Amino acid sequence: MDFLRPASWEEALAAKAEHPTAVPIAGGTDVMVEINFDHRRPEYLMDLNRVGDLSEWEVGAESVRLGASVPYTKIMENLRAELPGLALASHTVASPQIRNRGGVGGNLGTASPAGDAHPALLAAGAEVEVESVRGSRRIPIDDFYQGVKRNALQPDELIRAVHIKKADGPQQFSKVGTRNAMVIAVCAFGLALHPETRTVRTGIGSAAPTPVRAKAAEEFLNAALEEGGFWDNGRIITPSVAKQFAELCSAACNPIDDVRGTASYRRHAVGVMARRTLTWTWESYRGARRASEGAA
Amino acid sequence: MRLNFTVNGRPQEADDVWEGESLLYVLRERLGLPGSKNACEQGECGSCTVRLDGVPVCSCLVAAGQVEGREVVTVEGLAEYAKQRAAGGCASGACGTGLQDAQGWQAKGTDSQTGEGTELSPVQQAFIDAGAVQCGFCTPGLLVAADEMLERNPNPTDADIREALSGNLCRCTGYEKIMDAVRLAAARQGEAV
Ligand SMILES: Cc1cc2nc3c(=O)[nH]c(=O)nc-3n(C[C@H](O)[C@H](O)[C@H](O)COP(=O)(O)OP(=O)(O)OC[C@H]3O[C@@H](n4cnc5c(N)ncnc54)[C@H](O)[C@@H]3O)c2cc1C
Ligand code: FES
Ligand code: FES
Repeated sequence: MDFLRPASWEEALAAKAEHPTAVPIAGGTDVMVEINFDHRRPEYLMDLNRVGDLSEWEVGAESVRLGASVPYTKIMENLRAELPGLALASHTVASPQIRNRGGVGGNLGTASPAGDAHPALLAAGAEVEVESVRGSRRIPIDDFYQGVKRNALQPDELIRAVHIKKADGPQQFSKVGTRNAMVIAVCAFGLALHPETRTVRTGIGSAAPTPVRAKAAEEFLNAALEEGGFWDNGRIITPSVAKQFAELCSAACNPIDDVRGTASYRRHAVGVMARRTLTWTWESYRGARRASEGAA
Repeated sequence: MRLNFTVNGRPQEADDVWEGESLLYVLRERLGLPGSKNACEQGECGSCTVRLDGVPVCSCLVAAGQVEGREVVTVEGLAEYAKQRAAGGCASGACGTGLQDAQGWQAKGTDSQTGEGTELSPVQQAFIDAGAVQCGFCTPGLLVAADEMLERNPNPTDADIREALSGNLCRCTGYEKIMDAVRLAAARQGEAV
């Protein structure tokens, strides 16, 4: 095995072009488990820790540019206001030690259906900035996940950053597991209200071969909220609407039975999380509306 | 490959390091520092916790090559590290824990009676006094994690302690005595200032 230690982004791209089989290692919290257990013996390991700007983030007018290696701990501590869904999801990852090392770039690199960043990214709306010596491109998050642990990266490409839309309304993340710490999701659900566009977006984790949005559920809810004037009148969401939204979210799943849970349990749990996260975010939206009306 | 990095405040060199091995392996097998424990090698148990540039990490998940030029503190250097922190830095310019001292490290106070050993960090002494050590396998990782939390957060709530130690498993104590120990260390730290 060879250890590549690029000191800059340009060097990293050049090394990846020369050795397309090189395995990048950032926090190492996925890669090292595979190496320790001899599940993987890459010819080249390429350390990204020396590429400083991968650990930085920038808050722009519309979105946050999150460097691929920014650890979850930093997201929780610094980006709770801009990226509430991702900050909540980050907090559920593993343990402090793992959150100090692992980040969204690695989560996207592994592209496990159980990765906790994915539902939050899908719900918020995001683009993955990838680059190779051939050039740079931005992959919409909806097109990024290609199959079980397969993503849209070409062999010579690296993830540089993720551009995530800044929250324009309440966001939630919910995860089912057997205990609080150190749990891989049985299934997970992210939901974001976007009052500016009067839309709702979702993300489902661990209940299909890839992370997915519940698009039919979103369309149904968008229409129901519009029709009832909910965004303007701020009424409580009709229970029948919440129920149908939850059922459509369950229907968006294509889960399997495995050691962590059965397919039917996952479908059921996703429905429960969909209803709960909708209620939580909508209550928070109504609260904010009332507060701003009260102040006016 | 050859690896140069700082361990417990002193520069160290390790030779014949295999590119795919972990920091934990380098510490235990190449440098002879068995304080950091190897229990799972998959980030689940926290018994290999060390500080990498000040941040608590599972050393089993850090690739050896990633620590080149960086600073690691292990449980063997914790007492000296805490002492320096309390003194507000290294006055003599010759601080840190040498490799031989670290390899031969032993707790001076082995129980609450003989525990006058000034060689222990406050959190180590508190673990002894509270009876938080049974088989001891989880202890080094817990000490490093607890010490770092107390550095950041001198007045932790029980929830803070649980959160900070949520990545460390103990099969013996049932955690209650560990909670007592960390509360005790925090209280003593508060009295000291
Ligand atoms: C005990 C334990 C518990 C865990 N619990 C959770 C959990 O609750 N939720 C969860 O989502 N995950 C969990 N994980 C998995 C892991 O921590 C996450 O997937 C994390 O986000 C990986 O980030 P990393 O930087 O450590 O990735 P690495 O291990 O460094 O890399 C992961 C993959 O991404 C690739 N990669 C990394 N950076 C780039 C880049 N810039 N460009 C291209 N490819 C790249 C690597 O080549 C590799 O294939 C857990 C892991 C452990 C060990
Ligand atoms: S040995 Fe590293 S976490 Fe268990
Ligand atoms: S004291 Fe034995 S594992 Fe904790």
